Amino acid sequence: MSPVSSSRRRFLGQSAAVVAGTALLLGVQPSGAIAALADNGAGEPSAGDFVPNAFIRIGTDGRVTLVSKQPEIGQGIKTSLPMVLAEELEVDWNTVHVVQGDLNPVYGSQGAGGSTSTPTNYDNFLRLGATARTMLVRAAAQTWNVPVSECRAGNGAVVHGASGRTLGYGALVRTASALPVPVAKEVRLKDPATYRLLGTRVGGVDNALVVSGQPLFGIDTRLPDMLYATYVKCPVPGGRPVEANLDAIKRMPGVKAAFLVEGTENLNGLRPGVAIVADSTWNAFRARKNLKVTWDEGEGARHSWSGFLAAAQAASGQPGAAVMRKDGDVDAALAGAARTVEANYVYPFISHASMEPQNCTAWFKPADGTLELWAPTQNPGAGQALVATTFNIPKDKITLHITRSGGGFGRRLSSDFIVEAAAIAQKVKAPVKLTWTREDDLQHDHFRAGGFHFLRGGVDEQGKVVAWHDHFVTFANRVEKKESDGGSASVLQPGSGGNLSGDEFPARWLANCLIEQTPLECRIPMGPWRAPGSNVFAWVFHSFIDELAHAAGRDPLAFRLDLLGDKDLVAGTGERGVPYNVGRMRNVLKAVAEKSGWGKRKFARGQGAGVAFHFSHRGYVAEVAEVTVSREGRLRVDRVVVVADIGAQIVNLSGAENQVQGSVIDGLSTLMYPALDIDKGRIVQSNFHDYALLRMPDTPLRIETHFLKTDYPVTGLGEPVFPPLAPAVCNAIFAATAKRVRELPLSETDLSWS
Amino acid sequence: MSKYTLNVNGKAQAVDVEADTPLLWALRDTLGLVGTKYGCGIGACGACTVHVDGQPARACQLPVSSIGKRRITTIEGLDAHAMHPLQQAWTELDVPQCGYCQAGQIMTACALLKQHPQPTDAQIDDAMAGNLCRCATYVRIRAGIHRAADIAATGNGKGKA
Repeated sequence: MSPVSSSRRRFLGQSAAVVAGTALLLGVQPSGAIAALADNGAGEPSAGDFVPNAFIRIGTDGRVTLVSKQPEIGQGIKTSLPMVLAEELEVDWNTVHVVQGDLNPVYGSQGAGGSTSTPTNYDNFLRLGATARTMLVRAAAQTWNVPVSECRAGNGAVVHGASGRTLGYGALVRTASALPVPVAKEVRLKDPATYRLLGTRVGGVDNALVVSGQPLFGIDTRLPDMLYATYVKCPVPGGRPVEANLDAIKRMPGVKAAFLVEGTENLNGLRPGVAIVADSTWNAFRARKNLKVTWDEGEGARHSWSGFLAAAQAASGQPGAAVMRKDGDVDAALAGAARTVEANYVYPFISHASMEPQNCTAWFKPADGTLELWAPTQNPGAGQALVATTFNIPKDKITLHITRSGGGFGRRLSSDFIVEAAAIAQKVKAPVKLTWTREDDLQHDHFRAGGFHFLRGGVDEQGKVVAWHDHFVTFANRVEKKESDGGSASVLQPGSGGNLSGDEFPARWLANCLIEQTPLECRIPMGPWRAPGSNVFAWVFHSFIDELAHAAGRDPLAFRLDLLGDKDLVAGTGERGVPYNVGRMRNVLKAVAEKSGWGKRKFARGQGAGVAFHFSHRGYVAEVAEVTVSREGRLRVDRVVVVADIGAQIVNLSGAENQVQGSVIDGLSTLMYPALDIDKGRIVQSNFHDYALLRMPDTPLRIETHFLKTDYPVTGLGEPVFPPLAPAVCNAIFAATAKRVRELPLSETDLSWS
Repeated sequence: MSKYTLNVNGKAQAVDVEADTPLLWALRDTLGLVGTKYGCGIGACGACTVHVDGQPARACQLPVSSIGKRRITTIEGLDAHAMHPLQQAWTELDVPQCGYCQAGQIMTACALLKQHPQPTDAQIDDAMAGNLCRCATYVRIRAGIHRAADIAATGNGKGKA
């Protein structure tokens, strides 16, 4: 087999390059910013507004408008990034008006993924706010003809300390607008100790609209004379329609058009299918129930989960296709170990199941060849780019309005629903809203890949880990790659999160370590799912570490502290390796031990505590779970204690705690319930009746959140709390029942005890 | 197509749709009341919860032709000033993440509070089990229901926190 490529790490590398570009771009002049603001319903900026940069506008009436550049998917960024501007700008948050920016190069990168929105924008946004405030203070000083040093800004006004004179920002707009934008070294940031907004609890800026049911989401888009579409793809990804009863469909009530869409080979792009366009969503949905399609299902139809399982088991007895890491001599170390453990871990494909099904509204105007899009997307730039390349439309003819998204979880980093809407719009030449059914959404996801880990480990007489071997069997799509000579070759590319770094904890810490990886070829499209890779690797590795701790007869938390060791930093491997700050992880682990009272309580049978930690998305997180398992094997999570170090500042405490609670419960949900079966290349499950997710009654009784404030950069919180939850709970289940969970979902394991 | 007159949020509303059209799509596509959300189409997620004669119902499972004169209340009609105790509590406690399911959560919780003005956690579990929240804001939904109960009991929302 061909060597696997390192897609995940390459993605991270690209992100870093984009960040650098953004930093430079934010110094741009205000002309582009005015156009962008006018685009999103904030009203025409009057010529007299003070627009120091693309994100801030102050009217002569003192009204402050701040632009949210990042897509809002429930992570709270539409509230938190404007808060950063407002803190340095010194304005009263309650008077600020926040608007969502469209896709516009003036804003820099607008992708909301990888928990990067905060770390890549935080410092810039402090500076943007401070720059505007500096100009307003200078404008006041100039007006009063006093030294700038005697003036200070606060609460939307500048005060001259000596005379007590005050000018509101609105009154300073004209003067400030005429001033040059100060260079960076002339702008002084606030001392974080004086922050009045950052770190407080602030409600989401759209909450009032959410609770009153006002239009917000992509699916709420309504345009004059809009049509409604549904799009039917082959149940086997990679398949295509040969023929369909289109004439009969066109005679169905309300149907305006029905046609085949040729599509492309790209499993994550415009897949071939049948479009039905009607005068209402329901008339389109009803018509598709009568649709009869002859499909060419393609090679994917021979695949099944049971077949993959057998292939993985066969692969486990062979050397891996690729060696991700090899240190020392694992076989010799295992032979010399005091105790050894072998275990196989397996997890299924899962769907994102965002509550708002994928949808996009598109309007193609033949007169000038422009295309206007309204999309609930995490990745508007990628959506525009996919549409541009698929249809050969210049990017400057594609306008993309970013709507609020009803959940993201990585699903909306993909742009398949956008390119489908664009394909349909070009045929009907009218505004058209494509809405996926829940069944479409569940079965035509870009899935979190399943996986298989075949593990061996050993501990010595002192209870130290002396050997670690993981053969990871993963899933990959065959893709054409351009070669340096201009030709192309097909390679197997593991799905997002299906590529195991040789640096994953605890590999870097061990003298004898072998990490191998073998891809199974499949035609199932895969994509990033909240904390890609980490969302399962943490479960596998912290479960297996727990097995080794118990084999060694050690306390699982002390065993982990020993494993982390006493270094402060462990370097990454190679140019792109990510350093691991061991000191930060030790601190969160010690803190979670203290906050949870680890080891201080005696649990009755059927009750127990478990611990796990994980570093991902720049965050260091440790969690302790306390559970009760009934004799019949029913799990209840009584308490989860989370300690997270995401740097020097929590931006919005309310939003941050909401993310922690949501990540904990999402982690528990994903552990307990969802799984997709694959039969004849099809996803078997279709809707929430057979694809279960956690509901209110399973919600943990107590979730306690602690943030360790450190001197490190401010980083994101959409993902890093998710990974440690499942292993903490499974380790607690073992403590309670002596049953080790090695397969997801939890329902595959009988937890009953007597 | 057939013409139906629906009583929605206290107003008679004419819709001209096929008889089997679910109330959900008549509300969203015909009347432009998009606060009621499509989540699953099979009555399994609760995102489309409305009240029919005061009782919670799944709008995706109700053909327009079956409704007759029964009174429909949607999230838009829950309170004239969007100041229902649940709406106040949801805002005060910053319950939503993405917010997509919250209209359905509030409509279900509203029916619960009518039946049990001071519900226990067990009663909340029972009543709310039909409403999915993919962002998993359940901790705050639970707290929001308790808070709304207090607001309703004290009248002005300034009672015990």
